[in-house]
Amino acid sequence: MHEATIAQLAQELKSRKISSQELTKHFLERISRLDEDLNAFITITQNDALAQAKAADARLASGEETPLTGIPIAHKDIFCTKRVKTSCGSRMLDNFISPYDATVVARLKQAGAVMLGKTNMDEFAMGSSNETSFYGPAHNPWDRNTVPGGSSGGSAAAVAARMACGATGTDTGGSIRQPAAFSGVTGVKPTYGRVSRYGIVAFASSLDQAGTLTRTAEDAALMLQIMSGSDELDSTALPNLVPDFCKALKDPWENITIGVPDNFFDKGLDPNNAQLIRDALSVFEKLGATIKEIHLENIHLSVPVYYVVAPAEASSNLSRFDGIRYGYRTEGESSDLAEFYMRTRGEGFGAEVKRRILTGTYVLSAGYYDAYYLQAQKIRQLISQDFARAFEDVDLIAGPTTPTPAFSIGQKINDPIQMYLNDIYTIGAPLAGLPALSTPCGLVNNLPVGLQLIGPHLSEERLLKAAHYFQQETDWHALVPPGYID
Amino acid sequence: MSLNREDVEKLCLLARLEVTPEEMTDVASKLSDIVTLVNQLRTADTTGAVPMAHPLDIAQRLREDKVTESDQHEHYQQNASMVERDLYLVPKVIE
Repeated sequence: MHEATIAQLAQELKSRKISSQELTKHFLERISRLDEDLNAFITITQNDALAQAKAADARLASGEETPLTGIPIAHKDIFCTKRVKTSCGSRMLDNFISPYDATVVARLKQAGAVMLGKTNMDEFAMGSSNETSFYGPAHNPWDRNTVPGGSSGGSAAAVAARMACGATGTDTGGSIRQPAAFSGVTGVKPTYGRVSRYGIVAFASSLDQAGTLTRTAEDAALMLQIMSGSDELDSTALPNLVPDFCKALKDPWENITIGVPDNFFDKGLDPNNAQLIRDALSVFEKLGATIKEIHLENIHLSVPVYYVVAPAEASSNLSRFDGIRYGYRTEGESSDLAEFYMRTRGEGFGAEVKRRILTGTYVLSAGYYDAYYLQAQKIRQLISQDFARAFEDVDLIAGPTTPTPAFSIGQKINDPIQMYLNDIYTIGAPLAGLPALSTPCGLVNNLPVGLQLIGPHLSEERLLKAAHYFQQETDWHALVPPGYID
Repeated sequence: MSLNREDVEKLCLLARLEVTPEEMTDVASKLSDIVTLVNQLRTADTTGAVPMAHPLDIAQRLREDKVTESDQHEHYQQNASMVERDLYLVPKVIE
């Protein structure tokens, strides 16, 4: 049952070959058996899941289901879930029970999806390895000594290990695509504004976007169809109508031009990864696509731009965590309010979060604002324009998702700069608000490698279709990590 | 570009975020590395570039000025650490 995709399970549930309760029990059993070694879940909502599965079965019996009715999924612990702990992987919210559902959660619930639990993540979505979590690192099912990627590491590991049919994630600098690449699953970050951010604990408001981790592009389309669309509760959610993503996958192949940035094939890219990317591009050529080399003039500045803009926005967004209205509160007496705040926040946040808040404070402070923040915003405009210019000549951009396969737990956590450089290929798309995805394209030393596709604004159909056709020609996305078949 | 203890302490005050004496050396050193990374921006030629605050060309949406929220303070205050008579309790602010 855990081998089947969401699309396949939807058929089996609809035809009543299996029930949602059977399916849910099956996944809950897998979680109880497998998650101890993976630490992909922070909270497992067993009773709620079984109740939701029962309700889904009633709905399936009456014939008014959606493709997601009865399908067991997991939510990254950054999505507010009513009456369920929402921790963001942080001590700061270890005691926080959300009083409401995020729009993404509400929509999937309304569609009848069953929530198995909340997945592990880098603290407040700041990280590329799921090692900054207050709840300990998540492990990559392909090699438990390696990271699953981050910040949506728990979601990626859960889907890769077949502990959930699909999972939600968020991507600010690569936090869906990079763990998807490391864990051998399909990760999709939609256009900025395609999915509502209401109820997602904010990290960087001009970059954050909710998306999916699934085993196939088709499954991603099924989930995104439900998740996407305007929301009066999020004024940055676009009013544009959501096209039928699933129909787009069934359309016949049209020859497209794929641009490959020469900048991405630099000395930082592992030669084995590079070869797999080239092999993947050959698959597109065989389908009839034209591959064209392009150059993105300012992309080399994307990492410094991001590490000014994202921490600046985070320093503002995380100022709400002060121990008064919710979350961790320092114990003992403070002499005044300022000391209270300093101790609560100093104790409640982990080291990486503190670094980013302080970095953000620095680049926004008097005397430095123009040199850093304003300058970063100008370069962000240039990077966006580079992409827009490229998309005048090409339909999609392709390249590696990450410079190397998954690295070992502990290898980079003490060197923030080395950790930040992991994001080198993924950061550009969120800076420009572009949709992007990662699809598995091979193994290096038995560790997955991801191919990244980036599209113009609102081109999710084109992206998903390209990934879907790639997945019809290759088997990489269907591989199961050794030891997780049963 | 190096940040010293005093620089970090100023940032801590602005951010209302404590860094303990034990953490200070490591924090100052790692922040200095980050500043070195982002200093790459300072020499970039941005003549004519307009700062981009938002990735898409949209403006703030407006709606009718009518009340849509209801008073649910009891529900929301369930997560507060110290509440009395519907008021959030904080340490002394005024001398």
